[in-house]
Amino acid sequence: MENSPILSVKELNVKFSLRGKQLHAIRDVSLDLYKGESLAIVGESGSGKSVLCKTFMGLLDSNGSITGGSIVFEGQDLTHFTTEKQWLSIRGKKIAMVMQDPMTSLNPLKTIGAQITEAITLHQGLRGEQARKAAVEILQDVGITEPERRYKQYPHEFSGGMRQRVVIAIAVACRPQVLICDEPTTALDVTIQAQILHLIRQLKEKYQLTTIYITHDLGVVANVADRIAVMYAGDIVEIGTCDEVFYDPRHPYTWALLSSLPQLGVKGENLYSIQGTPPNLFAEIKGDAFAPRNPRALKIDFVQRPPYFDVSPTHRARTWLLDPRAPKVEPPENIRKLREGRITR
Amino acid sequence: MLRYILKRLGRSLVTLFFIVTIIFALLRLMPEEGYIKNYDKLSPAQIESTLVNLGLRDPLHVQLGKFYQQLLHLDLGVSHRYQENVSINKIIAYKAPISIKLGLLSMAVALVVGVPMGILMARSTRTRWKLWDKFGTLFIVFVQAVPSAVYYLLIQIYGTKLFGVPMLFDASNWRCWVLPVLSLALGNIAYYAMWLRRYMVDESNKDYVKLARAKGVSSSNIMKNHILRNAIVPMVQYLPGSLLFTMCGSIYVESLYSIPGMGGLLVDVIKRQDNTMVQALVLIFAVIGILGLLLGDILMAIVDPRISFTKKEGSR
Repeated sequence: MENSPILSVKELNVKFSLRGKQLHAIRDVSLDLYKGESLAIVGESGSGKSVLCKTFMGLLDSNGSITGGSIVFEGQDLTHFTTEKQWLSIRGKKIAMVMQDPMTSLNPLKTIGAQITEAITLHQGLRGEQARKAAVEILQDVGITEPERRYKQYPHEFSGGMRQRVVIAIAVACRPQVLICDEPTTALDVTIQAQILHLIRQLKEKYQLTTIYITHDLGVVANVADRIAVMYAGDIVEIGTCDEVFYDPRHPYTWALLSSLPQLGVKGENLYSIQGTPPNLFAEIKGDAFAPRNPRALKIDFVQRPPYFDVSPTHRARTWLLDPRAPKVEPPENIRKLREGRITR
Repeated sequence: MLRYILKRLGRSLVTLFFIVTIIFALLRLMPEEGYIKNYDKLSPAQIESTLVNLGLRDPLHVQLGKFYQQLLHLDLGVSHRYQENVSINKIIAYKAPISIKLGLLSMAVALVVGVPMGILMARSTRTRWKLWDKFGTLFIVFVQAVPSAVYYLLIQIYGTKLFGVPMLFDASNWRCWVLPVLSLALGNIAYYAMWLRRYMVDESNKDYVKLARAKGVSSSNIMKNHILRNAIVPMVQYLPGSLLFTMCGSIYVESLYSIPGMGGLLVDVIKRQDNTMVQALVLIFAVIGILGLLLGDILMAIVDPRISFTKKEGSR
């Protein structure tokens, strides 16, 4: 992971116009993605995780636009892409995506084979028998038995888990460099979830993919991620290695998020939940977006937006608590325990 | 596939059997004068003997048996009042071709214009001003909301001058065809455009379209290979039915341009109380209706792999 970033996002801003109003969905996000790593982006619904990743592929809805910042991939700034042709050189070919719901993400009228070969023909220029062979091989790779027979079948003849395997097959069919998995297991039941995650990890090794997981399932994150980025209200509030974020979280939002895990709850007490609601992104946010919901918020949190403070070379968080002038605020007890647990581990 | 078709065919035949029987039963309830040309001028004895000659005094089950037998030989019987003693097959064979030709032409026009119009409208919903969509909707609302009689008349009044259409219909003169075909097509154009647009917009918001985009398929190929292909499925079911019904002729268009077609025939024979003709025409229309549904289902099964051929029907 010490190499240079494969994808570099700087000060990215995305706005949506909705009913005449501007919704500020991504607010000054900077992020480096390193070759071969596996990054998880966590956050609650509406925190901008999916929108962020959609900008990498030019898949924003038509009412959304990038209003500032840059996304540098292979020396090109993706924010300057204007034509579809430019995007087609990236989509599926360099950066691929696995969608959330396998039940609806395949075209019901086309055979599995046709849908995989469509991608292969597009990006590798293989046709006919060659394309078919490549597709069958991919099906085998994603763990579909009897690929020759399955190749000719339609999506409705596949179960949910199998369909997700096909979706993954389509995504990796063209040997992309970056694979974005947008909540790849949300729609699946728990046993299948584990299999799919295992499969993605296998393929990551085999094809040397760089993977981004978008999820709100911290269990998934712990399983697959090298690094974690925590998003809140369109901003990355904390980013660090899996260990750092899980065992030494610094941002109050990360504390609250981890405290909400049933595993960290205290038996006999109510499960912790974060008070209040996420901020309205139509309005300009002043200070720290999480401050109104944060019982430990400082005065400055309501006035000025905190910059990033480095905790370690790989770990940084956007909170005034890390400022040397800040008063010492202790994280909640269960988070402190995590830290101790890590030390004794 | 074959099994599926045979099954559907079998069901259709059963339906047809019931319709035939019901028509037969209803017709026996009609007054007897419907079988005789100059009913008022004949004496009761003459009437009686004519009815006996026609076999209408036989017991009902014998009559029903004869009726079935006749139908199996594709014989629709003889007209009594509309054109005395002329076989109905002959009357229809004379009238139908012109209506069928008119219907086919107007369907062709409706498809050629309506389908691209629907696609254009669906595409334009993604653009900023949705210009084509708005124009198209205007047209559709006009055609659907204004009674057809009104725009048929408008077309006739302004069109006849424009094309120099002669007063009498002449099948060999192409000018005579333009206006009736256009009139008949207009409703279908609006219908196809409206539904195709709607289905395409529906489909274009589905997840598989997003996946196709993420896969790197260009928008025009997504339109062609994914959206259109899926939007066609629900349309396909109605196509044969609407084709067949257009071929049955339109009473209004045909009478406006004095076209000797099938259009007004049913109303005509009902007015003249020609029982056998009514019976024959109702039967033909019923067969056409059933055939339309049957063909629609078969087409649908061909287009949509989710409709299974081998398992129980209705499993999707």
